[in-house]
Order: sequence, then C-alpha cells, then structure tokens
Amino acid sequence: MEKRVYETLQETLFYEKMDNGLDVYILPKKGFHKTYATFTTNYGSVDNQFVPLGKTEMKRVPDGIAHFLEHKLFEKEDGDVFQQFSKQGASANAFTTFTRTAYLFSSTDNVEKNLETLMDFVQTPYFSDKTVEKEKGIIGQEIRMYDDNPDWRVYFGAIESMYHHHPVKIDIAGTIESIAEITKELLYECYETFYHPSNMLLFVVGPVDEQQIMQQIRDNQAKKSFPQAPEVKRFTYEEPSGVAEKKKVIPMHVQTNKCFVGIKAPSVPNIGEQKLRHELAFHVLLDYLFGKSSPHYERLYREGLIDDTFMYDYTEEREFGFALVGGDTRDAERLAAEVQKVLQSFSADAVQKDEIERVKKKKMGAFLRALNSPEYIANQFTRYAFYGASLFDILPALSSLTLDDIAAVADSCFRDSQIAVCEVVPKGQ
Amino acid sequence: MVDEKITTVGPVRVHTISTNKYKTNTLVWKMKAPLAKETVTLRALLPYVLQSGTADYPSVKALRTYLDELYGATLNVDLTKKGEDHIMTIRIDVANERFLPEQTPLLEKALQLLADLLFRPALEGGRFVEDIVAREKQALSQRIQAVYDDKMRYANMRLVQEMCKGEPYALSPNGELEDIDAITAERLYRYYEQSLAEDELDLYVIGDVDEEAVLAAVKRRFSLPDRPQPSRAPLASAKARGEINEVIERQDVKQGKLNIGYRTNVTYEDDDYYALQLFNGIFGGFSHSKLFINVREKASLAYYAASRLESHKGLLLVMSGIEPANYEKARRIIDEQMQAMKNGDFTDEEMEQTKAVIRNQLLETLDTPRGLVEVLYHNVVSTRKRPLNEWLAGTDGVTREDVVRVAEKVALDTVYFLTGMEGATENGKAGV
Repeated sequence: MEKRVYETLQETLFYEKMDNGLDVYILPKKGFHKTYATFTTNYGSVDNQFVPLGKTEMKRVPDGIAHFLEHKLFEKEDGDVFQQFSKQGASANAFTTFTRTAYLFSSTDNVEKNLETLMDFVQTPYFSDKTVEKEKGIIGQEIRMYDDNPDWRVYFGAIESMYHHHPVKIDIAGTIESIAEITKELLYECYETFYHPSNMLLFVVGPVDEQQIMQQIRDNQAKKSFPQAPEVKRFTYEEPSGVAEKKKVIPMHVQTNKCFVGIKAPSVPNIGEQKLRHELAFHVLLDYLFGKSSPHYERLYREGLIDDTFMYDYTEEREFGFALVGGDTRDAERLAAEVQKVLQSFSADAVQKDEIERVKKKKMGAFLRALNSPEYIANQFTRYAFYGASLFDILPALSSLTLDDIAAVADSCFRDSQIAVCEVVPKGQ
Repeated sequence: MVDEKITTVGPVRVHTISTNKYKTNTLVWKMKAPLAKETVTLRALLPYVLQSGTADYPSVKALRTYLDELYGATLNVDLTKKGEDHIMTIRIDVANERFLPEQTPLLEKALQLLADLLFRPALEGGRFVEDIVAREKQALSQRIQAVYDDKMRYANMRLVQEMCKGEPYALSPNGELEDIDAITAERLYRYYEQSLAEDELDLYVIGDVDEEAVLAAVKRRFSLPDRPQPSRAPLASAKARGEINEVIERQDVKQGKLNIGYRTNVTYEDDDYYALQLFNGIFGGFSHSKLFINVREKASLAYYAASRLESHKGLLLVMSGIEPANYEKARRIIDEQMQAMKNGDFTDEEMEQTKAVIRNQLLETLDTPRGLVEVLYHNVVSTRKRPLNEWLAGTDGVTREDVVRVAEKVALDTVYFLTGMEGATENGKAGV
C-alpha cells in the first residue's frame, strides 16, 4: 500500500493496485459520520463502438446502453440491491456520464458490509429478458422527463450543435427507439468488455481505517476470477475541429427563453498533467470573462439579459472539450450576440495580471470548499485518474497557471468556427 | 454528536458549532416572520437587494470583487417556508486560511461583511439604490416565471396552491408576480427597517471557530433593538372536506405529473413525529419504499415515485412522472400503498430497514454545514425542542402500532395531475 501525503491540504491518500488490475484509493476523513465509496468503470455513453472482449471486429451498440446497464446492474435474481443497502442503513445510487459509470453508497454504519455489497453487486451481473423489458418502461419515463425539461434540452441541444459525429452529441440515456433494441446478450457483451477490474477504480472516503479496508478489498478481489483482458479497443471518431451547426432553435411550451453559447475546443491535450492545466486555464478564463465580478456580468445583468440562472462551465473528457455559457434570458438572440462579442473581442494583452490572480484566488477557495464534500473528492478524483492526472494537483497547478496558458485557450477556441448557439423559445414565437 | 452552543446577543440567537472537519467556515443568518400575503413579495425581494451592494462595495461588481479577494468567499441568499413562517437566509462561506499560503483572517472579514450587508446596505437618498431595486424586481419576476418551465417544480407548487387555498401556506416563498410592480425603493427600505426590528433572528457560525471570539465580534457589530417574544399563530386549520379535490391541468407536455397531497394531522410538535417520519420512509421516502417498489419497479410506470413531508405544516406530498394514459393505474397503485399502510401491511423488516436509513440520512446531513443548520433550525421554527440525540433514540423507539396510528390519521386531500393536450387517451410508446 502506497501512502501519499498532501501537506498543505492536510490529507493523506492510500493507494494499491490489486493483482487483477483494479486501482483502489482510500482517503481517511476524521470527524465525518459518513463513508462514501464509488466503484467506477472507465466506460460511458460515448463508448458505443468497440471490439468486444474476445472478439476481433468493431461493434456498434444501441445508444443509451451504458446507462441502461447501470440501471440493470442493481437487479439480481433474488431481488433488488437497493433493498440490501437500505437494510444495512446505506443509501446507494449510480450515475452514467459521457465517459464513466459509477456505483456508489454512503453510510454511517456497517461500512464493511456495504463495501462488500458494492463490490459484489457490481461484479456479479444478472440480466434476464424479463427484467430488461421491464426496465424499458422505467427508462422510457426518465427520457420523457428530460424531454419536457427545457434546461436539459437547451444544454444538450448546444452539444448536439457543436459535434458532427462524436457520440458526445447523443443523449446519455439514448432514445425510446434506441433502448428498444437492447437485449440481455448485448448487456453481457458490454459488461464483459468494460467491467473488467483493470478498467475500474474503487475510491473510499470517510472515517475509516485504511489498513482494514484495504485488506477487505484484497480478500474480496482474491476470491473472484477474471479472464485476462487486453486494453479495450474503442472506435476513434474522425471529428472535424469546427462546430457542426451554428445555431439551433427549439420551440417549447415555456415562458422564459433559454440560450446557451457552446464553445468547442478544436483539440485537447492527451497527457494528464497538460489536460489538467488546459482545463483549469479554460475555467479561469471563463470566470474572468463571465464571473459575477466581471464587467460583462454586471452589464448583462443590468440589461436583464441574464439572471441567477446564468452559468458557464467547461467539460473536458478523453478526447473532447467544450464550454457552455448562458441561461434564462428575456432575449435569446441578443444574449447569444453579446456572449459571442465578449469571446471574440477578448485580447490577452488587455488583461491585468492582478485580475487573473484574483480569479485564481477565487478558484483556490472554491477547491477547498469542494474538499468538504466526500462526493466531490471521490467522483472528481476518479475522473482525473482516468485521464492520468490527480485531483490533489489542482492547487499547485492553479498557482503556476500563467497568462500564456489562458491566452492559448482563447486563441484556439474563441473563433467563429468553434462557436454554436442553441435557444429554447416559447412555441408559436 | 454536534456541539451547538446558543448565546443570546440582544435579539440575536448566536449558535456556534465548533468543528475542525471542514476546510471552510460558514455563516448562516436567518430572519423569520409569519408567511403573509402583504409581506411575502417584499421579503422575497429584500435579501437579493441586500446582496447587491454595501456602503463600502456599492455594486454587485465591487462586492463580488471583494469576495474573490477573500479567496472566493461565497455569498448567497434564499427564501423558504417552514409551516406558516417565511424565512430569509443569507449564507457566507469562506476558506479557512490554515490551508492557504496567505494568512488573512478570513472569518473575521466574513463576519464584518455580513454585518455590512445587513446594517450598512448601499443607499442613495436614505433608501435603497433605485437601479438595484429595479434590476432585482426584474430578476424576481424571472425567478417566479421560471417555475412554470420546470414541470416537476410547477406540479409541486400547483398541488400546494390547490390544496392550501385560503391558507398562508398556499403562498410561494418567492412571492407573487402581480405584487412586484408596486414595490418602490422607499417601500422596500421601510420594510427592511421593520423586518430588522421585528423578525426572529438567528446566526449560525460553523467551523474551526472560537466561540468567545465569535460572540465578541457579534456584540461589536450586530446592534439591534430588543423585541417582544414572537407569538405563534396557530396553523391555519385544515378545512374539513367531505370530498377529495381533483384537479386536472393540460399543457403541452410529454410526461404527466401526478402529485397527491395528504394532511398528516401530525407535525413536528407532536409526540408522533418520529412515527410520522417512519411512516413516510416505509410509504415513499426511499428507494426501498412501497411507492418506488410498486409504482416503479413492479409496474414499470414511472422513473420517479416518491413522497416527502412538510413536517411543520403537516403535509405529505406524493410525486411521480407517468405516461398520461397510465393515470388511473398509477392512482390505484398509490391508493393501494396508502391502504396497506393503514392496514399495517408492512413487515418488521421494512420497519428496521427504514429506521436504519433514517438514522443514516440524519447523520449524513450533519456532515455538511448547510444540512446541519437546517436540522438545528427546526428547533427555532417549532416550540417543541428536539435535541439531536433525541432524534436517534426517538426513531429507534417507534413501534409498528405507532406507525399504524399515524397512518390512520393521514387523510387524502387533493389530487393534481398535469397532463398532455391530447388527453388521457394517448397510447404510450414507453409502456411495457
């Protein structure tokens, strides 16, 4: 077991790679009641074409299958795993992102039992024709719920506009039509390919004894056998660097207009350390331009073009990165134009160094605040680990971030070819 | 479990909770007054105007720049209702400088800022800045309208409006759209003075803090007139209804929202409060509950089907999202689950499971500064004081008879269904 001490943060992290390839991290947190654990596979909605384990040909699977699999893993021959967790006083859940599927529990009691349940249920699939069919009704309602949600529609609409081919443009849950094609055989095939321990990471954070927990995980994994698995071969999409569609308008039964401006990164670094830096530079840049202390925010707010729903965020995963800026507005056209004007008139030469330092300070405080949350630590640590970086390098990376890093982001992304707009407007307008 | 010390400084109850488990320190300021049509919109606007500027930092930009300098201190406000009280909350969360390269006394500065927000707002001509008030009025109307576009929230709000018609609880904590126009900077300023003079005031300070130092700072910076003990108006009585109110509303939606309201006739004040929690946990509060198992897992009708309590007002609210054509079926299944509760048709295992989950949920809530304050604040809202350790013992002690006794008191009041324009005849594509 390896021990990593982060002096400034006063945190100690323990790491070990299991014989079967599983990466395990434990972060003891004294004073907390809750232990939070995530068991995550490096597999998400964008992994829709790959070479299945033991096969040689690329295969395209139905959209939404990673998310479907996430739902179905909770059901076993003898019932539902939620029941098991709640008998042990835990609350369990799972989520699917573009590139990850995570299973998790939190509990203040019976931590060993719950951890055992977590490892065992994720590593013991049980899919049947009957339960697969039943799930289609439930997920169908989940899709419907999002269909009626204008915030989701404008968010996803903007991503759709930015991408030509990359499956990040496909809704994580798929469509009612695509999930209709899912069968138990397909689920097993995806499961066997992506749920191999060498493609997974287990993170435990809470008031735990690291020796004891690590031993428990070793014992649990040693009892199970897995076939040898080479690294998964995923299809590489040829994605043009510019956006697919400049503007998309979605009429809905709403009272308020919604507008997002999407900014597509033409490319992203593929080395962990550089990725982390690139991502932080993008965040600092957006905060500098659109944060509440920026002149643009004040002006747009005063003009009623934005309100408390205004947000900006940057998402970077394996081979894609995009930012979204926007929210509710009384005039979607004007907000889109104003945001684009801000982006295109940005000049790194005009930036005051102390302004960037202030944003960096703000980001440091926000990072410390985020470390209050075991959920944030486990989920984000896993995300960074999957692309070869470390969550705990954020403070030093922020400190050393320069105006050049920021200027480079603006230079490659704040171009007309990289910008797309999506609006949700009241029907009949 | 939690070391809460309460000291009164003038009319302010100062709650300090000293702990070193966080990397930040948190201040939460709460002002409470009865929920009333005359003041609800003024209160909905006031904290937003206060967070727009102080005498020293008289604009959003100036104030936010200062917060950035304090290593990204966060400042946010919100409005809630608890029972028939309306609560304004201002929160400031600031990094603990122990983890930073630079040793600025951030907590002290945060306390000073909170005092400035409250007592030295940005003014012009002895009242709030016209421009700020105008902007915040506009933002408030956008906030109220936004509910309409979020169908889950909208259905919740509509159910409560229909169910509590004529009771203060029907009011939304975000105020009334039609009352915004008439508010002037002067009128709002008068209301600001009135609320500082009359509201019940609580300040929570959570983190790696020294109680004596906090109290000294509060004494120095928070000087407020004394006020009489607030008298508590009895809850607006639930109208005795012979029949169930059924409301069907049509909009251009794909998914129907079925929301059902019951009167629990048990509140936080009552001995049966813990039994009520257990009742809700078995019925619909969790993913092992009857609603989740029967509406979602067995019948495959919904993605979400759950219930929650408003324990100061005494409401049980069920919510689910279903295919419009499945309305009757979903209602029947929900009715059956309620009947099962009344018949005592639940196992000892369900009892134990629910106790374990409630215990876990409480302890987890105490791990976040925000959750901790919300739990402790119940004891301000209610005349009944329940120390935290009593919550655990109280839940443990609930028997099956207690749960059935509570179930028998729970009475169906209103069924609200938001459905598509096509009517309930549309043939769902998603059904099995």
